[in-house]
Amino acid sequence: MVTKIKIDPVTRIEGHMAIEAVIDNGVVKEAKSAGTLFRGFEIILQGRDPRDANRLTQRICGVCPTAHATASALCLDAAFGLTDKVPDNGKLIRCLILGSNFLQSHILHFYHLAALDYVDAASAIGDLSLFVPRYEGDYRASGKVNAELVNHYLKALDIRRKCQEMLSIFGGKMPHNVAIVPGGVTEKPTEDKITNFLWRLNEIRDFIDNIYIPDVIAVAKAYSDYFQIGIGCQRFLAYGGFDLPTGRLFKSAVVSTNLKPEPFAKENITEDVKHSWYADSGSGKNPAEGETKPDVKKKQAYSFLKSPRYKGQVCELGPLARMVSNYVQGDAKVKELVDLLLGQVDVGVDALFSVLGRHAARALEAKLVADAMADWLTSLKPDEPTIVDSNVPERGEGAGLAEAPRGAVGHWITIKNKKIERYQVITPTAWNASPKDDKDQPGAVEQAIIGTKVKDKENPFELVRIVRAFDPCLACSVHLIDVRGNRLGVFKVV
Amino acid sequence: MDTKKYPVVWLQGAGCTGCSISVLNAVSPRIQNLLLDELVPGHQLNLLFHATIMAGQGEPVIEVLKDTEKDRKGSYILVVEGAIPTAEGGLYGSIGEKDGKHITILESVQDLGRDALLTIAVGTCATFGGIPAAKPNPTGCKGVREVFAENDINTPVVNLPGCPLHPEWFTGTISVILFSGADALDLDDLARPKLFYGKLVHENCPRRADFDKGKFAKKLGDEGCLYELGCKGHYTYADCPLRQWNNGVSWCIKAGSPCIGCVEPGFPDGTSPMYEKVIFKELTWSQK
Repeated sequence: MVTKIKIDPVTRIEGHMAIEAVIDNGVVKEAKSAGTLFRGFEIILQGRDPRDANRLTQRICGVCPTAHATASALCLDAAFGLTDKVPDNGKLIRCLILGSNFLQSHILHFYHLAALDYVDAASAIGDLSLFVPRYEGDYRASGKVNAELVNHYLKALDIRRKCQEMLSIFGGKMPHNVAIVPGGVTEKPTEDKITNFLWRLNEIRDFIDNIYIPDVIAVAKAYSDYFQIGIGCQRFLAYGGFDLPTGRLFKSAVVSTNLKPEPFAKENITEDVKHSWYADSGSGKNPAEGETKPDVKKKQAYSFLKSPRYKGQVCELGPLARMVSNYVQGDAKVKELVDLLLGQVDVGVDALFSVLGRHAARALEAKLVADAMADWLTSLKPDEPTIVDSNVPERGEGAGLAEAPRGAVGHWITIKNKKIERYQVITPTAWNASPKDDKDQPGAVEQAIIGTKVKDKENPFELVRIVRAFDPCLACSVHLIDVRGNRLGVFKVV
Repeated sequence: MDTKKYPVVWLQGAGCTGCSISVLNAVSPRIQNLLLDELVPGHQLNLLFHATIMAGQGEPVIEVLKDTEKDRKGSYILVVEGAIPTAEGGLYGSIGEKDGKHITILESVQDLGRDALLTIAVGTCATFGGIPAAKPNPTGCKGVREVFAENDINTPVVNLPGCPLHPEWFTGTISVILFSGADALDLDDLARPKLFYGKLVHENCPRRADFDKGKFAKKLGDEGCLYELGCKGHYTYADCPLRQWNNGVSWCIKAGSPCIGCVEPGFPDGTSPMYEKVIFKELTWSQK
């Protein structure tokens, strides 16, 4: 029998999202992921002072604003001719600000967005409205383990807050830091700030090592079938990120199942719009020439998300993509961490391509970033500059590619008469949650859902666990809703 | 004595979730206290709906909203985060779906707003429209007060602007309501509590002495008053310099960055370009 499951809203993600799955004999045959909010940031940015893009694009997302600040600053550095001039202190502080938010975002994601799919909070705290209604029937952790996980849910609220407090030492405030600007950062690395930062970081590292990673392992042991669920497209893309004076923490690559890294070039990114509410004239364009012309009357469209593709292919972005990219390019520390974790849960490398693999990669990445931050901090030089002065050029072009907690993010700008002529943003969730492309290939989340066995259609845990493992950020992806309200017409429902 | 519980529905419109994240950053009380404890003796919040943190999803949580509308008339606090898209009948933003039909943000803010005890608009998007309503306002975004006025909804509105709002502007406002009742809130003509938005940033700025002496920063990273670099603190009403942000760690001007006026009704069009000096007399909005 063919039926349809619709989950709208998908909660415990950033933003507004809906999921549809067509089920045939208990298996998902077709899936659609859709965001349900459109703001039109790229349209709002046109004609503004280019420097303001750095402040405004952060407001695309309150969970990962620093990633937009970073991508936007890199983009403006390029357009202003500053790329080679940003002082080492500026690069390091940008990375410390971004890194702090990686930690808060990853901890928030595991404990406060994803964990309630695995942990029975109501039995430990009580039937608060916050914890019920919910899906019922598949909370597996034993009473003691469950109680401990719920305690850590509460403790993690403090730790993620402290990540933001640490960030603010250099960033000024969070959400929406103020220090990252074209040319560097506005705050100075005095010794007192460095030490203040270091001891906050130490507490967070202790939490990651002794609570976060062990908790991910505890959940993995109780739900080990989720190493085989939500496999997805198995093609990973990382732009690379954390631009340090000595190089990058995350290496860029495109990696498929043969685990051979292919070099990444941004010119190979295109955005299809066949199934998106945009004029077809914009289909298949590189974001440097991209356009955002809504066409809400388009027949086959079901999404305001465009479909970013690399050489025409669907890719998954995020912590798993970055860990895979660094792993296959011989990063010794990543290899050591991944192998250690796989040994503890007794699965092979292939098991990473799964719901639990994504959670594990995120936790290991938190450790990798936090450990590296301690080194960046002690590389700061208190007496040296953090910023180089700049002027807005008459004309210019630039691209800024970075890594956000959820995956690679890119900003593209064209400046004319000292104003923004074109600004395009491609977010990681745009890749992951994209609709079908011009060749009708489903997006990464859609592919991860298709083929999944759903045990209980009233409580489709499998679907929400798969979706949330990608850590979707819909406000980031900016753009979609069926403005005619007729998505239901898309499927034949029996 | 029984605990008095205040049901709370937190809706998210056209926004970035930054105000929710900011409230998660509350320090004393912490977010755990807001969610689980008597915030003040004998009084407690009961959060019924918040899409970022609640356990449930799909139609059952939409039922929670419908039940609140029906069964808790006049007793619940509606919190709105994000602007309200009004173009195309509100279809640029929906919060979920019931019986195969989108429930728009526009519709849910009206339905829940009409019978709320009180509505709190958090952040500049919900109060004044904010960035989604910036030119050319592609989705017809508006703030809560404007939508209420256009639809004859008389529920009192408290505006807590900021991009994002400071967590203590929220917890402090809730404290007044729980201790003394909503009527005790002393609001200005933009419905902002004077407790938090009563003074200009400029009045309490630690770089005010530099301004008075004529010591101005010429480029970012310099010491001195940031007025020449576009600081909007001389017409922005907020207590940031006294309260500071993130547990008192820092704030915009302390980090060497000009105030961008993010709490003001003109944000961002009226406070742009952000890094260009704006002269006071060029301002247009009401509290000037």
